[in-house]
Amino acid sequence: MNEAAWGRKLDWTSSLRINPAYWVVAAILLILPAFASNFILYQLFGWTFILGMIALSLMFLAGYGGMVSLAQMTVAGIAGYMVAIFGDSAITDISQGWPWYISIPLALLVAALFATATGWLAGRTEGIYTIMITLAIAAAFFYFFNQNYVIFNGFSGFNGVLPPKLFGLDWRHPIAFYYLTLFWAAAWYFAAIYVSRSPFGLALQGIRDNPRRMAALGYHVTAHKVAAYAIAALPAATGGILLTWQSAQISPGTAGIGPAIDILIVAVIGGIGHPAGAFIGAFIYVILKTFAVDLIVLVGLGSERFRLLIGLGFLVVVFWSPDGILGLWEKLKQSRGLNPLLRRAGRRS
Amino acid sequence: MTNGAISLERTFSAGTANALELRGVSKTFGALSALDDVTITIGPGEKRAVLGSNGAGKTTLFNCITGDFLPSAGAIRFFGEDITNAPAHERIRRGLRRTYQISLLFAGLTVVDNVYLACKGVARGRFSLMRPGRRDTIMEGAEELVRTVRLEASRDTKVSDLSYGQQRQLEIAMALAGAPRFILFDEPAAGLSPGERRELIEILSGLPSHMGYIIIEHDMDVALRVSESVTMMHNGRIFKEGKPSEIEDDEEVQSLYLGGGNA
Repeated sequence: MNEAAWGRKLDWTSSLRINPAYWVVAAILLILPAFASNFILYQLFGWTFILGMIALSLMFLAGYGGMVSLAQMTVAGIAGYMVAIFGDSAITDISQGWPWYISIPLALLVAALFATATGWLAGRTEGIYTIMITLAIAAAFFYFFNQNYVIFNGFSGFNGVLPPKLFGLDWRHPIAFYYLTLFWAAAWYFAAIYVSRSPFGLALQGIRDNPRRMAALGYHVTAHKVAAYAIAALPAATGGILLTWQSAQISPGTAGIGPAIDILIVAVIGGIGHPAGAFIGAFIYVILKTFAVDLIVLVGLGSERFRLLIGLGFLVVVFWSPDGILGLWEKLKQSRGLNPLLRRAGRRS
Repeated sequence: MTNGAISLERTFSAGTANALELRGVSKTFGALSALDDVTITIGPGEKRAVLGSNGAGKTTLFNCITGDFLPSAGAIRFFGEDITNAPAHERIRRGLRRTYQISLLFAGLTVVDNVYLACKGVARGRFSLMRPGRRDTIMEGAEELVRTVRLEASRDTKVSDLSYGQQRQLEIAMALAGAPRFILFDEPAAGLSPGERRELIEILSGLPSHMGYIIIEHDMDVALRVSESVTMMHNGRIFKEGKPSEIEDDEEVQSLYLGGGNA
C-alpha cells in the first residue's frame, strides 16, 4: 500500500485532527476563572454550557438525523425533576433523599426512556410532523407537571435541589460550577463528534440525506431514529440536571413551550451542521438574554421587550445564513483564498 | 441456463432455487395499472435485461421486488423464499441489491462513507458507536469497492460535489456492497458518456458468474451486451421474452421499441 493511501487510512481513524483554534479556546476556557467574575462564570458561562448541551441534543437529532425535535427541553426537565424527586429537595414529602449515585443514574435513565418513547412516536414521521408531535409532547408534559401534585408538586415544583457535596466541594460555588459545566459540555461535545463518524452516526446522516435509500441498504430506519432519540437524551438530561442545580429549583416553567422553542433558536443561531454551533448559539443567546434588557431600556422600550432583540437576531441569522453562525464562518473561509471557479455552493441540498 | 422458452409454467412448489420468481404480480395506483399479471422466473446467476418504453412498468417492477412498495396482487420469491410482504431491509439482508434511476445517494457524506454505509447495512454492528479502526474489514471492503468502480481519486469528496457520471459509478459500488446474490440495475448507463459506458460494460461483465442481475436499460448496445436473456415490457405487461439475438431480430419489437426514436 502506498504512502498516500496509508495516510488516508490513518486519517479515517484519527480524524480528531486538532485545529489550533481548539487549543486557544481550550486554554481560554480553562484559565477563565482567574480573571472572570463570579457572575460571568456562574451565570453567563454556566448557563451557556448548560443550554449548549441541551441544544447539542437537538443538533444531534436535527443536524445528523434531520429530525427537529422540540421535546429536548422536556427531556432536560424530566432529568431535573428526577434528581429532585429521587434525591433531595426542600419538598421532603415527595423527595426520596436517595444518594447521588442512585438518583443521578436513575434521572438519566428515566430521561432516556422518555426520549425513547418520544422517538418511538416521532420517528415514524418526517419534517413538519416531527416538529408538531414533539411540540405536542412538550406542551402535554408542561401541563402535566403543572397539574400533577403527587409526583411533580404542581405549579411550584421543587426548590432546594442541591448538587451532592462530592469530594467535599460545594459544586454551586461559581468556580466549581463553572468547571463542572465546562467538563460535561466538553465531554458531550467530543462524544458527539466522535459518534458522528461511527457506524451509527454515519447511518444517522444517511437517514437524514435519504431514508428510503437507507432502508434499501438494509437499515431499519425507524429503529435508528428511535436509538438516536435515546442517545441524544443524555446530553439534554445532563444539561437538565445541571440547570436544576444552578438555580437549585425546577418547576414546570423550566420545561415550558417558551424554553422548548428557545432551544431551537439557540441551535439554529449557532448552526445545526456541527456540534460547535450549539455552544456558539447558546453563548449568543445568553449574552442577548442577559444584556438585551439594558439595551432595550436604553432605547426607551419596556424591559419586557427584550425578546424583540432575540427575535431580530434570529431573523438576521436565518435570513443571511441558514446554517447559522457556523455557516457564516464557512462562507467567509470559502470566499477567501479559494479559486473562485472552484468555489462550491457549499452544503447539502 | 433457461433461455429461449423460459419456463413460465414452473410453480413455486417445484422447490427450485431460482434467484427470483414473480407470479402474477400486479400493481395498481388508483385506476392506473402499472404492472399487470407479471410472471418472471430468473435462474441462479442469470443476467436479464428488461426493456420497454417509458411507462412500461419497469421501475415499478423493481420497486415491487425491492419492497419500496408492496404489489397489489401476486407473489415474489427470492431464492425460494417468499418475500412478497417482507420489509425492504429484510430483502437487502437476504442478498438483494438495486441501483436507482435517479441517484439516491447521501449527498452530505463522502464517497467512501456512502460505500461504507452500503457495506455496513448488511453487516453486524449497525448501531455501533465506536469508529471503525484501521483494520476494520468493512472499511477495507468499502475501500476495495471504491477502487472497483474507479473512484479512488474522489474518495473523500462529498457526493454533492461529484459529477453525474461519478454518481452513477458510486451507485454501482453501493449495489455491489456486502456480497450481493442478485442485483437490480435501473438504467445504469443513463447520462453516461461513451467512455463511461464502456467502463460500465466492463464492470458488469466483470461480475462473478454466480451473481445474477436484472438490468433496465434504454441503450440497446449496453443492454444486449451484458445480458443472457431479455424481457420486453409494454403497458405493465410482459410482451416478449427471449435471447438477446432473438429480441434484436424480432419485427414486433423493432416496430414498438427499437425504431421508436430512442437514438
